[in-house]
Amino acid sequence: MTNLLTQPVGVSHYMAVGAVMFVCGIVCMATKRNALGVLMGIELVLNGANINFIAFGSAYLQKDSAMSLGLDGQLIALFVIVLAAAEAAVALAIALNFYNNHHSIDVDRADELKG
Amino acid sequence: MAEFFTTNLIEYVSLSEAWATPLGYILAAMIHIALLLNVVAVGALGFIWLERKVAGRIQDRLGPTRVGGRFGWLQTLADGLKLITKEDLMPAAADPFLFRVAPYVAFCASFAAYLALPFATGWVGQHLNVAVFFILAVLGIEVFGVILAGYGSASKWSLFGAMREAAQVVSYEVPLGLCVIVPVMIAGTMDLIAIGDMQAGMVWNWFIFHDPFTFITFWVFFTCATASVNRAPFDLAEAESELVAGFHTEYSGLRWSFFFMAEYGSMFLVSVLAAILFFGGWNGPIPITEIIGLNETNGALAGYVGNLLGMTNLIIKASLGVTVMIWVRWSFPRLRIDQVITTCLKYCTPIAAMMFLGAALWILYLPGGLWATLRLSDPLGHTREAAPDQQAAAMPADGERE
Amino acid sequence: MDQINWHTFFFLLSALGACTFALMVVFTSNIVRMAFFLVLSLTSTAGLFFLAGADFVGAMQIMIYVGGTMVLLVFGVMLTAQERFVSLKTSGGTWSLAALAGGALLAVLLQTAFSVDDWKAGDTAQAGQSQTTATRIGLGLLGARFDEGTSGYLLPFEIVSIHLLVVLIGAAYLARAKRRAKPSADNPADRSD
Repeated sequence: MTNLLTQPVGVSHYMAVGAVMFVCGIVCMATKRNALGVLMGIELVLNGANINFIAFGSAYLQKDSAMSLGLDGQLIALFVIVLAAAEAAVALAIALNFYNNHHSIDVDRADELKG
Repeated sequence: MAEFFTTNLIEYVSLSEAWATPLGYILAAMIHIALLLNVVAVGALGFIWLERKVAGRIQDRLGPTRVGGRFGWLQTLADGLKLITKEDLMPAAADPFLFRVAPYVAFCASFAAYLALPFATGWVGQHLNVAVFFILAVLGIEVFGVILAGYGSASKWSLFGAMREAAQVVSYEVPLGLCVIVPVMIAGTMDLIAIGDMQAGMVWNWFIFHDPFTFITFWVFFTCATASVNRAPFDLAEAESELVAGFHTEYSGLRWSFFFMAEYGSMFLVSVLAAILFFGGWNGPIPITEIIGLNETNGALAGYVGNLLGMTNLIIKASLGVTVMIWVRWSFPRLRIDQVITTCLKYCTPIAAMMFLGAALWILYLPGGLWATLRLSDPLGHTREAAPDQQAAAMPADGERE
Repeated sequence: MDQINWHTFFFLLSALGACTFALMVVFTSNIVRMAFFLVLSLTSTAGLFFLAGADFVGAMQIMIYVGGTMVLLVFGVMLTAQERFVSLKTSGGTWSLAALAGGALLAVLLQTAFSVDDWKAGDTAQAGQSQTTATRIGLGLLGARFDEGTSGYLLPFEIVSIHLLVVLIGAAYLARAKRRAKPSADNPADRSD
C-alpha cells in the first residue's frame, strides 16, 4: 500500500470529504426530530456541496488545470454561503414561531398545516 | 526558518533529509507558536497589572504595591500561581463536555486570530491576503466559547450572560465590519502588511488623517471593537453587579483564567488591528528609521533592527489603545442590553454606513487624502499608490471597457 | 521514506476534522452539543477551503457560517432548549432506514468521486504560492471578469442582495414579539404531552 501522506491529493479526495458531509447532513435531516437539528443537517448538506465547488474551482487539484472551474467555483460557493445564511435566518424564525404557537420544537408534531 | 533548521539538522545532527525536513518544519512552527503564545500570555500578564494600576489610580487608590517591588508588577504572576492551584469546580447539573470545552474555544479563537496579525513588515505568523477579514472572522468564534460556557454551566446567571452575548454579537458585527471596510477600501487590499506599509512616511499619511470620514470611522470602530471584546461599557455578558459574574460565574481556577487570557488577548488584538488600520501600524509619526537607513536595502541586520523598532512602535500604539479601553471601563457605567443594541444598530451602523459612503466618494474625487489635497509635501516623497494587485486588476478591466 | 507532502498532511487533518465532527453531529442527540460539533466541522471545512486556494471563501465561511449563522442557531437553540426538547430520541426504524439510504448514497458518491483519473491527483506543489482571490472575486461580483472572456455575476449579486433584504424583513416579521399563547386546557397541542 502506498503511503497516503506522500501522495498529492486531488479533486477526488475533496469530493470524498464533501460526500461524507453531504450524507451526514441527509441522515441528520432524516433522523433528527428537533427542528433546529434538521436545520443543522441542511447546513451540512450545503457545505458538502460547497467543498465540491471549491475543489473544482481550485487551480491545482486536477491534472489539467484548464479543466478547473476557476473563479466560478469560488463565486458559486460564495452565493451558496450567503443563501445558506438567509435560509437559516428564515428557518429559525419559522422554528421559533412554531415553538411559540405549539410549545414544541419536535417536527413530528408539526402536522396540522393551519394557522 | 524551516529551511534554516532543515539544513542545520542535516549538517550538524546528520539526520537524513527525509527526517530533517518534517522536523525542521515542526521546529519552525513551534518557535512561531511559542513567540505568539508569549505575546498573548505575557501581554495578558502585563495588561492585567496595568488594569489594576489604572483602575486604582482612577479610583484614587494605589493598586497592587507589594508583589515584586514597589509597583507590584509581579501581582499577576502571583494571581496566576494561585489560580493554577485552585480546585477545578463544576456544577453538578452542568453539561460536563460543554462546560469543560468552552474556555478552550474562547482562548483558541482569540489566539488563532494572532496567526494572521503582522507586527512589522514581513513579521507575521502566516501572510494572508485576506488578513483583516480572517481576523474579524476568527474573533467571531470567541463569542461561541462564551455562549457555550453560559449554556453549559446550567446556571441562570450564566445563561443570561450567554443570551446577552448572543444578542450583542448580532448587533456589533455589522458596524464593525462596515468600519473595517473603510481603510481596506482606501488601501485597496485586505492584506494587513500592505495596509501598514502604505502608511509609511509622515504622520499625515496615517489613515485616520486620510480624510474627515476615516477620522470619524476610527471612533465608531473603537466603540464596536470595545463591544466585540466584551469590555465595559459593553460587558453585559459578564455584568458582575447584575449577573454575579455572567457567563463565567461557575468557573474557577485555570479554566476561568483561560477566559481572562482570551479577553485580554483579544483586547490587544483589536488594538493592534486599530493601530495597523488607522494609526500607521509599525510606522512612527516621523519616519526616523527610514531617514537613518534602517531597512532591508542596507543589509539584513539593519532591516532586522528597523523591524524591531517598528514592532516596538506598534506595541506602544496598541498598548495605548488597551489603556484607553481600561480608562473607559473604569469611567463609564454599563449600558443596558437594549441600549447596547440601540447604540450599535441605530447609531453606529448608520454613522459607519455614511462614513463608508463619504470615504468612497472622497477617494473617487480627491485621491491621495486630505493632506495630498492640501499639497502638504512629504519629505521622503511617499505617494500613496494603489496596492499592486489592485493595479494589476484594474488594468485589464479598463482595457475591456474600451 | 519519501518526502511528506504537506498539502496532503494538512488536507488529511482538516478532512478528518470535517468528517469526524459531521458524524458526531449525526450521532449526538443533545442539540447544543450538535451545534458545537457543527461549528467544528464547518471550521475544518474552512481549512479545506484555504488549502484549495480559496482564502477569501474560507474566511467568509468562518465569518458568516461560524460567526453569524451558528450564533443565530445557538440563540434559537437556547430559546427553545427546554428539558424535554434538548435530547429528542429517534426510533430505531428511522435510524435504520436513514442509515440504509445514507449508505447507498455514500457508496454512489464515493464511486463517482474516484471514477475519473484526472481528478485523483493534482499538482499540489504550487499550492503554497498565494494568489489574491479577493480582488478578482470582488470584480467578478461587479460584472468584470477579466481572467476569462465571460461576463461576471452582477445580476446574481443584485438578486442575492435583494433576496437578503427580503429575508431580513421576512425573518424579523416572522419572529416578531407576539403575545405568547398561554398553555391552557383548550389548546390540544399542550394537552397531549
